[in-house]
Amino acid sequence: MSEELEPRAAETEDASEPSSTRLIVTLSLAGLLSGLILVGAYELTLPRIQANQARELREAVFKVLPGTERFQEMAFVDDNLVETEADAEEVVYAGYDQDDELLGYAIPGEGAGFQDTIKLIYGYQPDRRIIVGMEVLESRETPGLGDKIIKDAAFRKNFLELSVDPEIVPVTEKGAPNEIDTITGATISSKAIANILNATNERWLPRLEGSKPNDQQEEK
Amino acid sequence: MASISDPENYYAEFIKGIWKENPVFIQVLGMCPMLAVTNSAINALAMGSATFFVLVGSSLLVSMFKNVIPKQVRISCYIIIIATFVTVADLTLLAFVPKIHKELGAFIALIVVNCMILGRQEAFSSKHSVKASVADAVGMAIGFVIALFALGAVREVLGNGSLFGYSLFGPNFEPWVVMILPPGGFLMLGLLLLFFNWIKEVRERAEADLDATYREEVA
Repeated sequence: MSEELEPRAAETEDASEPSSTRLIVTLSLAGLLSGLILVGAYELTLPRIQANQARELREAVFKVLPGTERFQEMAFVDDNLVETEADAEEVVYAGYDQDDELLGYAIPGEGAGFQDTIKLIYGYQPDRRIIVGMEVLESRETPGLGDKIIKDAAFRKNFLELSVDPEIVPVTEKGAPNEIDTITGATISSKAIANILNATNERWLPRLEGSKPNDQQEEK
Repeated sequence: MASISDPENYYAEFIKGIWKENPVFIQVLGMCPMLAVTNSAINALAMGSATFFVLVGSSLLVSMFKNVIPKQVRISCYIIIIATFVTVADLTLLAFVPKIHKELGAFIALIVVNCMILGRQEAFSSKHSVKASVADAVGMAIGFVIALFALGAVREVLGNGSLFGYSLFGPNFEPWVVMILPPGGFLMLGLLLLFFNWIKEVRERAEADLDATYREEVA
């Protein structure tokens, strides 16, 4: 009201330039409300998102280790594989069949793909030293070309019985048990998978060998 | 433009977004999601629904608060409102359809900078009543969904031989891989724009002819 009594300054100011306090208050309020809504949405969706991720991982473990009935998270601590509950940095999943015999390990690995990091998980049988299955968990490979590493049936067949000795070699025509057929049009992505497997093997196979799976079972 | 000055004509506000002022085919807005995520029909639909939610929600809020928001900070306020809706949509998709969320990836977050959405707030919602704004937003969003779906469906059928993941032509079909790659997006969008402009031109010419005959008859 008092401002209207001073038409010279106040009215022009009111029309074109509201006080900076008002601007700040408006923006803060908007930010605050937005923050509240976001916190609410996050809290509401979080349990479902986590359940989804856990389910995805569980399904992948069962897929890469055929015959698995249950699995146990294992971490490598002090030169030994120990059971772990908490979300440790580096874990593998030991899969057991219905007689509680160790089937093998599901090992997660990641590395550079053609466009972005590829995350995968693969099943490994230590007694036969072969890979028995592989699932890509996360990738951003080119649709129609590189993303064939996820679904291409012929490519996936490579990982049903793949020897890890001396290392996995990507080739155009599979001849030896340690070779994989690359996909035409997705050579880089196929090679990336081989590189990730080799790198992860290098890190994990000696550890898995050093610890005896039988000891693990007695602890249960 | 007569429809805009008439505040009661909600139907006109609604219908103009679908055809006459279609955000994609006529205004050529929102090209980033249009080209990036239309490599399959289901992705296009998911992107369309997320954009629908964000656009209608933002238009509702912006038109509600248009008198409270000072002009100087209106763009920041619009962006805050839009970004809030986008994040909610992002989390919802992640929670309920994680597979689609994975495919759409960063493009859900990029709805924030879809110029179509900010454009509607600045050009329409900030100047019109709540009802008119919602009618306009719903129309525009449906127009956008139709455009996305048209492009996505055509690209999936040609580039993958399937629709909604169901194979259409059997295993002997050799897909035109280029159609689901970025160049296919540009190609198809160009063809669709050509098609829509052709229809527009044919219609205008027909109207002009009709006009001419009418005048002749009167004379």
